[in-house]
Amino acid sequence: MSGNRQIPWAGMLLALLTSICLVWASVSLLIVAVVAGVWFFSLWADRLRSMEEEPARQPISERPDLDAIARNAMEATVESVSIPMILTDETRIRAANAAARAVLGKHLVGQDTRIALRHPDAIRLLDQPDGSTVTVPALTVSDSVWHLTRHGIDARYRVIEMRDRTAEADISRAHTDFVANASHELRTPLSSIIGYVETLSDAGDKVDGALTQRFLGTVLREARRMQTLLADLMSLSQLEAEKHDLPETRIELPQLAQRVVREFAPAPGGAIRVEFEKGEDAPVVRGDAKQLEQLLRNFIDNALKYGDGETPVRVVLKPAPRNMTEVSVTDTGAGIAPEHLPHLTRRFYRTDPGRSRAAGGTGLGLAICKHIVERHRGRLDIASKLGVGTTVSVRLPLAAD
Amino acid sequence: MVEHTVKAFDEDITRLRGLIAEMGGLAEVAISEAMASLVKGSTTLADAVIARDKKIDALEAQVDKLAVRVIALRAPMADDLREVIAALKIAGILERIGDYAKNIARRTGRITDRDRFGPFPLIPAMAEIAAEMVHDVLSAYAARDPNLAMEIVERDAKVDAFYDSIFRNLVSHMVEKPESVGTAAHLLFVARNLERIGDHATNLAEQVYFAATADYLGERGDRPEN
Repeated sequence: MSGNRQIPWAGMLLALLTSICLVWASVSLLIVAVVAGVWFFSLWADRLRSMEEEPARQPISERPDLDAIARNAMEATVESVSIPMILTDETRIRAANAAARAVLGKHLVGQDTRIALRHPDAIRLLDQPDGSTVTVPALTVSDSVWHLTRHGIDARYRVIEMRDRTAEADISRAHTDFVANASHELRTPLSSIIGYVETLSDAGDKVDGALTQRFLGTVLREARRMQTLLADLMSLSQLEAEKHDLPETRIELPQLAQRVVREFAPAPGGAIRVEFEKGEDAPVVRGDAKQLEQLLRNFIDNALKYGDGETPVRVVLKPAPRNMTEVSVTDTGAGIAPEHLPHLTRRFYRTDPGRSRAAGGTGLGLAICKHIVERHRGRLDIASKLGVGTTVSVRLPLAAD
Repeated sequence: MVEHTVKAFDEDITRLRGLIAEMGGLAEVAISEAMASLVKGSTTLADAVIARDKKIDALEAQVDKLAVRVIALRAPMADDLREVIAALKIAGILERIGDYAKNIARRTGRITDRDRFGPFPLIPAMAEIAAEMVHDVLSAYAARDPNLAMEIVERDAKVDAFYDSIFRNLVSHMVEKPESVGTAAHLLFVARNLERIGDHATNLAEQVYFAATADYLGERGDRPEN
């Protein structure tokens, strides 16, 4: 742009040379003069015009608006902060950063503030002075806990900052009942181990060999049970620790399911125990391969354990509405009474304690499954009809491309 | 939603939706606290639920007044009219849900020997499903999401199944232990209230669907008779 303001030497030189050439080619001097005149005039007119425009452009190129740059940078910063924040005026939400839109929904900008924060405690915050904080349970999902803090910006606008306290609340809640249950479950096998070993050591010589073998067998079985129980407890506590971080790996479900189903392949000549049926499409989810395998393995284990043992267990993979995919495991057998259904995923809950222990269950299988499903932001459903059978289905959100 | 030429109209609709959301939030809390008071046997919590129900009633009156004013002054058409009509109906339904929660809270003091009741743990589980339906339908309203609304309607069958199971359980309980008939009857009413809350959540879902799409969700014919 600055070049325009100088005298156009190159253009003038070209015009001059052309004129000389024309004179050389013995063109009439008058015509040469007219041509050169027009040429020079056009060059000067162009220069004058560009000079006129100059003053209008100058401030932008030479004096940048620092305020605007700071504002844009601030906007970009707030947008990418992982703490949900919303900007409101007296009644409406005027802006929300990406985290807030993810938590409360994309629709919230321009809406009444109460549409996004409808919990009475959250609404109370809207009338409180700047700087106050409220704790709001079940703002997003039923067991979530949020701390909402209000910051004033000016007379009209304020920012509401949302901090997720779900993890902390969970830990304290889970701790109390868990310790009680776990110690009860561990005490049962332990007391029978102690009982048998005591008998053997007190009256060792009076007990014949066959009985000693039986006692030792029981001790070994109970000790093994404690071992599985501890393994399950470990994997449960591991899951609980990471339940709020979403797994990242892209997993192709059909292959994963196929892999797990193959583990249950019959011995040569045996009857097929598990049938696998997958649709046309190949759903991809974000997940943790080990955990998803464990999930499916637990379901198939349960189905085999509680099914009638004749009809094969059916594993079906099919698309589900709202951008999800569904895996279901169906058995044919006794089924589960409806009053047990809501409690199945509770730790150590058993519909038939004797039968479950005899089958080697720890009472933690479905609790582990529920945690895996929750960590994958999925949905677990158990449907059952007495005397017909049970279907366990899991819906998982598809990975975005 | 498209901005309206008359700014005040836009303000009115937004305010109407805000009031509905506030009512919904109160109704949700009413259900969860009524159940908490019932499970813990805390009459102070129950009294708080009963006292807060007045707020829901007051909000309903505000919604009515505002909706009538919008219709009278601005003569809304098409989706705006649907929005206002749906708001009127939704406010009515939420007020009913608040009443059911209040009714549950009222029974807190009258239920004795809660530990000995076999079917008792089923009731909080049922309440959880009903409360989740109400929560999700309000989220569907906030997002104007007809698909979520449709999904909620399907969930009512679960609540009904719970009701049937609790009903049978309690009746056999009454037959076996005549001395606890009083408590069992109260629990039966609690289950009944929860079942109604589930029904009303589907009614809400129908209104949300209607406001969003101008279509009616199909009538459901499989409600239990008792």
